[in-house]
Amino acid sequence: MSLLRIEGLTRRFGGLVAVDNVTLDIPPQRLSAVIGPNGAGKTTLFNMISGFIPPSAGTVHFDGHEITAQPPESIARRGLIRTFQLVQLFEGLTVLENVKIGCHLHTRGGLLAALMPLAWAQAEEVAVEAEAHRLLEETGLADQAATSAAVLPYGQKRLLEITRALAARPKLLLLDEPAAGLNRQETDALAALLRRIVANGTAILLIEHDMQLVMNVADQVAVLDFGRLIAQGRPEEVRRNPDVIAAYLGSQEAARA
Amino acid sequence: MNSLITIWAKARGNPIALLLWGLAAALVLYSFVTGGYFIAVLHFAFIYTVLVTGLNVFMGFTGQVSFGHNAFAAISGYTSAVLTATYGWEPLPAGLVGLAGALTCALVVGYPVLRLRGHYLAMATLAIGLIAYEVAVQWDSVTKGYMGISGVPPLGVGSFTVVSDRGLLVFLLIAAVLALLSAAGIRRSRLGRAFVAVAGSEDAARALGIDVARYKLIAFTISAAYAAIAGSLFVHAVGFVSPEVFGLAMVVLSFTMLYVGGIGTVAGPMLGAIIISALPESFRTFKDYQDLAYGAALIAILIYAPRGLASLPELWAKWRGKDA
Repeated sequence: MSLLRIEGLTRRFGGLVAVDNVTLDIPPQRLSAVIGPNGAGKTTLFNMISGFIPPSAGTVHFDGHEITAQPPESIARRGLIRTFQLVQLFEGLTVLENVKIGCHLHTRGGLLAALMPLAWAQAEEVAVEAEAHRLLEETGLADQAATSAAVLPYGQKRLLEITRALAARPKLLLLDEPAAGLNRQETDALAALLRRIVANGTAILLIEHDMQLVMNVADQVAVLDFGRLIAQGRPEEVRRNPDVIAAYLGSQEAARA
Repeated sequence: MNSLITIWAKARGNPIALLLWGLAAALVLYSFVTGGYFIAVLHFAFIYTVLVTGLNVFMGFTGQVSFGHNAFAAISGYTSAVLTATYGWEPLPAGLVGLAGALTCALVVGYPVLRLRGHYLAMATLAIGLIAYEVAVQWDSVTKGYMGISGVPPLGVGSFTVVSDRGLLVFLLIAAVLALLSAAGIRRSRLGRAFVAVAGSEDAARALGIDVARYKLIAFTISAAYAAIAGSLFVHAVGFVSPEVFGLAMVVLSFTMLYVGGIGTVAGPMLGAIIISALPESFRTFKDYQDLAYGAALIAILIYAPRGLASLPELWAKWRGKDA
């Protein structure tokens, strides 16, 4: 039983086939990774899964429902929450407010709740505040709660985006290169955080360049090259796969991994 | 009440904030005691506070742009004027009909128009305002064209009417404060968070399950409600309405107030409305150079406090922080 099932997913941009007939199963409560050299179609794949671009062909099923080409907000409502390769924070707001916005999906206050002191709405606000603080505690950003998101150092911005996504209580968290631009120490802390998230029952699918991170944390790895799926399996199997070595690990990445 | 307490907590200990609010309060008190011409300036400022607060919900909180909110003020203002002056209705039911008309129009117009962004949204909303103006001019049988409708009765319920200048000042001050408090309530709520999320990053908002198109329409409709209420208040306060009242000048003036006061802040619309209404008067001594002095003051404010007067306390706190 898979949480996310991608079948024959294809995306063409004019003559270029960015993602070519990819079929993948992502299990619940596991950490899966998609790797591949630059331009392999990883982000395009993510954009199709999360509804930001429609596929040219193929289907996406999530949690027993077809979500192919549905708008992003409908897909998010089903419990599939993504982050972005270029961090997309609400820069003008505080760290705490960013996380509170993440609670949108499982709260319901509208205009009436904004204008009147309704008991249920006030209780909801208290719960949101508490949950946001708890999540910031968990990801180590508690000290920055009142800081403007715009002035956070880069590594903490990435962390905040993940915290905000967690506030939406995802069943599956899609992370687009969460370690990009992080130093070794920050990457190790991120790896530990990702394992904790999975241990708490949230599945993760991540796109990553950092081979060491992927090999350390992933339960299963899929490899894309020129838009095609060339291998998948456990990290140590994928690492030994000759096609993968030729396409990707054959370069200087192999030495580092 | 909570929002009042937050505003006070923020202002306490910040001399600039205290000074700004103190000045505003002194101005209101002074004109209340002495009466005279300046009281009319403040009537005008408080009505505009309601309008600009609405504009702030759509432009400041939600990060959109509208040059057409004068249309909603016009719909409700004319409805109030026609129903009370021509058909002898009470101000309250007439105003409610006007409000309903403006909201219906905002929903119908907003649905297609809000698909546009940036400059295109600006152009489309500008067109809404121009259409409303043309209708007011051409629909002679109802609006009496350029002549306008005079003899609009003062505000009131039943036998109780607000006739005196001082009474009107208090009434409009309450309306303006309620506008600010409701905007503060919206800003701190889940609804307000969805608005500022749309302003911050539409992609991130959608990825978190926020229906961006829906919340833009909600913000547009709410801001139209403020504009409609301002429009009705205006015709009753002045007793007269003509197309010019809700013309392009209204748009320019409300934009100036919003930016000078501080777009996106809760208190900004009121500070901006008071300052922009009072500035030309205070430069009267400059005689021929009045407009020049007014323009120079505006430019100075926008250079030294680009986020408006409401950001001055924050600038002061930062400056003190560096100093310490």
